Amino acid sequence: MLVEQISVFLENKSGRLSEVTAILTEASVNIRALALADTSDFGVLRLIVDNKDKAIGALKDNGFTVGKTQVLAVEVEDRPGGLNSIMEILKANKINVEYMYAFVRHTGKNAVMIFRFDNIAVATEVLNSKGVAILNEAQLNAL
Amino acid sequence: MIYNMEFETMPREALEAIQLRRLQATVERVFANVPFYRKKFAEANVTPNDIRSIQDLRRLPFTTKQDLRDNYPFGMFAVPMDHVVRIHASSGTTGKPTVVGYTARDIKTWAELMARALMAGGADRGDIIHNAYGYGLFTGGLGVHYGAELLGASVIPVSGGNTRRQVMIMKDFGPTIITSTPSYSLHLAEVAEEMGVSFKDLKFKYGIFGAEPWSETMRNEIEKKLNLVAVDIYGLSEVMGPGVAIECKEAKNGLHVFEDHFIPEIIDPETLEPLPFGQRGELVFTTITKEAFPVIRYRTRDICSLNPEPCICGRTHLRMSRVTGRSDDMLIIRGVNVFPSQIESVLMDIDGVTPHYQLVVDRDGTLDILTVRVEVSEGMFSDEVKRLQSMERTISKNIKELLGVSAKVKLVEPKGIARSEGKAVRVIDNRKL
Repeated sequence: MLVEQISVFLENKSGRLSEVTAILTEASVNIRALALADTSDFGVLRLIVDNKDKAIGALKDNGFTVGKTQVLAVEVEDRPGGLNSIMEILKANKINVEYMYAFVRHTGKNAVMIFRFDNIAVATEVLNSKGVAILNEAQLNAL
Repeated sequence: MIYNMEFETMPREALEAIQLRRLQATVERVFANVPFYRKKFAEANVTPNDIRSIQDLRRLPFTTKQDLRDNYPFGMFAVPMDHVVRIHASSGTTGKPTVVGYTARDIKTWAELMARALMAGGADRGDIIHNAYGYGLFTGGLGVHYGAELLGASVIPVSGGNTRRQVMIMKDFGPTIITSTPSYSLHLAEVAEEMGVSFKDLKFKYGIFGAEPWSETMRNEIEKKLNLVAVDIYGLSEVMGPGVAIECKEAKNGLHVFEDHFIPEIIDPETLEPLPFGQRGELVFTTITKEAFPVIRYRTRDICSLNPEPCICGRTHLRMSRVTGRSDDMLIIRGVNVFPSQIESVLMDIDGVTPHYQLVVDRDGTLDILTVRVEVSEGMFSDEVKRLQSMERTISKNIKELLGVSAKVKLVEPKGIARSEGKAVRVIDNRKL
């Protein structure tokens, strides 16, 4: 069920993001989703890619600090209130979302959101019990 | 005005005779009482009987900061603890400070030398001295304090910090002399201006500034902004504290070393050979009157030169030039000694942090700003920004606690720190002195 996200440390200076995308292009890695969190000094780029080992290898070879984190890819109905219904479930079960971002592709009529929880096991259990669809890496890659 | 006319203007020949006698006594005492020196003398194949002239000083071994550290805390004391009435300490390179002690007589000597220094810098009985050197383990505050009292001046022990209150005191108490680090004096001037207080309306005549390197340009700026005459004072706790050497207000050209208490030498820091007058090298001191903590040929790591020319003020003591650099990598940030290795040990103590770092020092207006750039390794990396930010705060807090200096911590990419010939450039000092 779990999806592995890679994260990259970036200094806040011009051209760093394009360097990452150039390295991934060179390695023929496809970026499926991404989010950038930043402060005045640095940023953390989070990526879902089609080939994470290749991406990590290429980035490390180029001197970047790279981390791996487990996240959940959750199907969200693409209608008003779709995301809210998921958030209600999480709130009712006191599950903290560290951060979240949208996946680019849809599954038919549903959108996909990437969630980073502090307790991923509990979040998985709760969402499963409520019938929320969680996608695995193979399913994501097939989108 | 000269505080101790007899000793400060003593003809060279008589002065050197006194130096020799005092040196011989000191060498005998450390040989008898300090195991470290007995061992070092034996290794150098020299005994107290070999010191027959001032030139024989060169036969004695050097003492380094590392030696003091190895004998932490009291191993270098030459008297029993019940003779020690005061203990001071300065920051060390590994978190452990360098500890120095004083007998009652040492405190009296120090007070006299500080009184001499204050008078050379323009102070006298009847003056009010605003002493903004820090009071505490640091020798600056108390050193100046005792000298000021002996001189008969009124001393305001205002210490460092709380700058707005200091401005109020300067306005209300009307001090005529200020003693502080040069950078703090400029900070005071800025804050005073913000508060609408002009130094033109204050009563300052002279300022005695030291504990960090400064320049002629900075002197001009201080004299203009604080509307006073500024002189340079030199000292270090290992030798005594403030009052080892002082610039006279008459010449403002080099600092007279109180040679009846300290013998200065300039050596080549590579070959360790003594250098002739006028040549720049590392300053070395031998104390010849100290009881509790005498040092033999202590390497200060400060770079300067010695000038034997007679001075217009009448003092016969040699003058050392301004300190223009260091023969090691020590930085002085807002008067605090900082070694890169200290920052390194702070980083090593934090889980996951690799010690790839760089210190960048800038001067923002008048204050030194220390930025510590730390490379983000995998061990400390997180996908969560808040964890990285809390790592920055932890490093900054630990540096403040251990070194007593505020630092801005900035995480950088691996290899974000320039390497020259494979060796990381640990220090970038952008301050223009």
